[in-house]
Order: sequence, then C-alpha cells, then structure tokens
Amino acid sequence: MERFLRALVFAVAVATTPALAGDADHGKVLYEAYCTQCHGMNGDGGGINVRDMSVQPRNHTDPEEMAARTDDELVKVIKHGGKAIDKSVLMPAWDDNLSDEQVTDLVAYLRRLCCEQ
Amino acid sequence: MKRWIGMALALLPVAIVPAPSAAGDTVDWVQEKCAGCHAFDQSAYESLGIEARSERKGPPLFYAGNKFRQEWLGTWLQSPERIRPAGDYPPAHIQTVDGEDRIDAGSLLDHPALDADRAADVAEYLMTLQARDDLIEAAEYESGNTPWRLAQMNFAKFNNCIACHRDEPDYGGVSGPELYTAWQRLQPAFIASYIADPVAWDHLTLMSAQDLNASAVQKLVDYLRLMAEEE
Repeated sequence: MERFLRALVFAVAVATTPALAGDADHGKVLYEAYCTQCHGMNGDGGGINVRDMSVQPRNHTDPEEMAARTDDELVKVIKHGGKAIDKSVLMPAWDDNLSDEQVTDLVAYLRRLCCEQ
Repeated sequence: MKRWIGMALALLPVAIVPAPSAAGDTVDWVQEKCAGCHAFDQSAYESLGIEARSERKGPPLFYAGNKFRQEWLGTWLQSPERIRPAGDYPPAHIQTVDGEDRIDAGSLLDHPALDADRAADVAEYLMTLQARDDLIEAAEYESGNTPWRLAQMNFAKFNNCIACHRDEPDYGGVSGPELYTAWQRLQPAFIASYIADPVAWDHLTLMSAQDLNASAVQKLVDYLRLMAEEE
C-alpha cells in the first residue's frame, strides 16, 4: 500500500511538472543505439546482455517504476551512471557520448515508452 | 663503366621500393572490397551523426595501423572468426521472441576470407593507416604486475566491462567485441587509449567512457595481457 501511495505521489508530481522539451522521436533512435543492448528492444529490461548480469536492468515500460524517477533524475543517471543516484554501477555514464540535447531527447522517449503507450 | 654505374643507379630504386602498381593494386582492392563495410575516410566518417550508426557493418579502419597488430591481421584475414557476437550494430541483429531478445545469427554477415598473399598485402596496407597518432602518443601503458584476481575483479566487478564484453567464450555480455583475444589482435597503447577515452577514437562508439584514472586503465590492460599469457 505504501509503495502504491509513493508511486502515486511521484506520478502526480511527474504529471504536473513541466516535461523536458526533448524530441522523443530522436530519443528513440538514441535509445536503440545505446540502451537496447541491456534494457531490451522493447525497453522491458531484457536485453541481450542480461544473461550474466548480477543486477537486471530497469524495465522502462513499467509506469510505476518510471514514475518514481523525476526527469532530472533520469538526466542525472544517463549522464553520470547508476551510482549518481545510488543505483547499480552497471548503468554506465554516457556524459561523454551524448550531448545535453541528446540526453533530453532520451528522457522524452523514456516518458513515452513508460507512460504514453 | 659510367654507363653501367648509371644503369645500376637507375635500377636501384626499383629494387628497394615496392612496385607502385602492386601497392596501388592493394589500395584499389581494399577500396573496392572493403569500403562498403569499413570507413577509410576519417573526415567523412567524423561528419556522420548517430542516425548513420545503424548502417555500419564493420569498424572504421582509418586508424587500423594504430589499432591492430599486423601479424594478427594477416592471420585473421585468412580465417576470420567473429569478434562481435551481435555484429557491429547489435540492435540490427536482435530478434524478440516470446518477449526475449536474442541475437539473430542468420542476419550476421561473415567476413570474407582472403588467400595468404592478399591477406599479407592488406594487413601491410592497413598498418599504414595511422590516423589519431596523437592519441597513441598520449597513451600511457607499461606492462604492470597486477595480480590476476585483482585484474579480473577490475574487469568484471569494479568497472563492469563484463556487462558488454566476454572474457571467455561463453561468459559475459555480447554487444561489444569479445576480449579474450584482444591482446593478440590489438596494440597495447591502443587498448589503453581506447579504454580511457573511446569517444576520442570513435564519436559513434557504443562504449561509454568511465572516467578511469591511469591506474585503473593499467589494471584492465593488464587483464587482457594476463588472459593471453594464460593460454
């Protein structure tokens, strides 16, 4: 129950916070290139690399899990890796590979993936 | 006598310089046979955006001479074995079956095998392609004495290279090139430089930079060397 309420609060917060103005279509291109190997072609966390991983990648299609992260947190974890938000160090930092604009596009796509389908 | 000396001097360059036609033949052959999958034009490659990454079928080769070991190239080209289990652009080779992502082996291209003479010529030519000398000169690697266990932990646990790379034939991630033969095929300075800053080598790389210090890089390069020495 507590978990549900927490998710609900985050969901309301996310819904009422102005979303980053990213290009979700371009974010999809970036997601396919950089993220699907671990997070899966469908974004469900079941990528080709997961078999021998000690921690399963996040399921980006789970509205509840994704509602628990603000856009700023998603930007932070993409740019600086899982350890930046006290999550798995298996999530690498993409700051050197992606521009700020590209990261914003990725976040826009993540929001579409989790919550608009 | 002067006439003989003159003739001898005229013939000397022919004897010590590879015949232009032979070298030119290899360059033309490589351009015709290899450029469809590999980038040889650095400036053209560096102008590409991420959208073009899905079209890439093999790694860029304009810095091949700073990347590979010539002996390995000459051997591998005669009997190529897959280095990247999921191809150069993994998403193009993934099938989702019953909700599970798998490598679509049938979609992967096999690298053509060359005969020994052609392989030697191509390897020799590739070694002349030395873009990014600056990165090699800046690379710092001296063979260290990292204990096996520590080196292995740096690879698998501390830096999570294992997420994308295999350090044995059936263990580890499959989206990146396998690394259990990396020491045999790659130059140490290249390995160190690429680990430290993959984007500097290839702006379309799918490998993230981990902001590793020189000591961490050394341990990882040591691990690749130790794996080769163990065989």
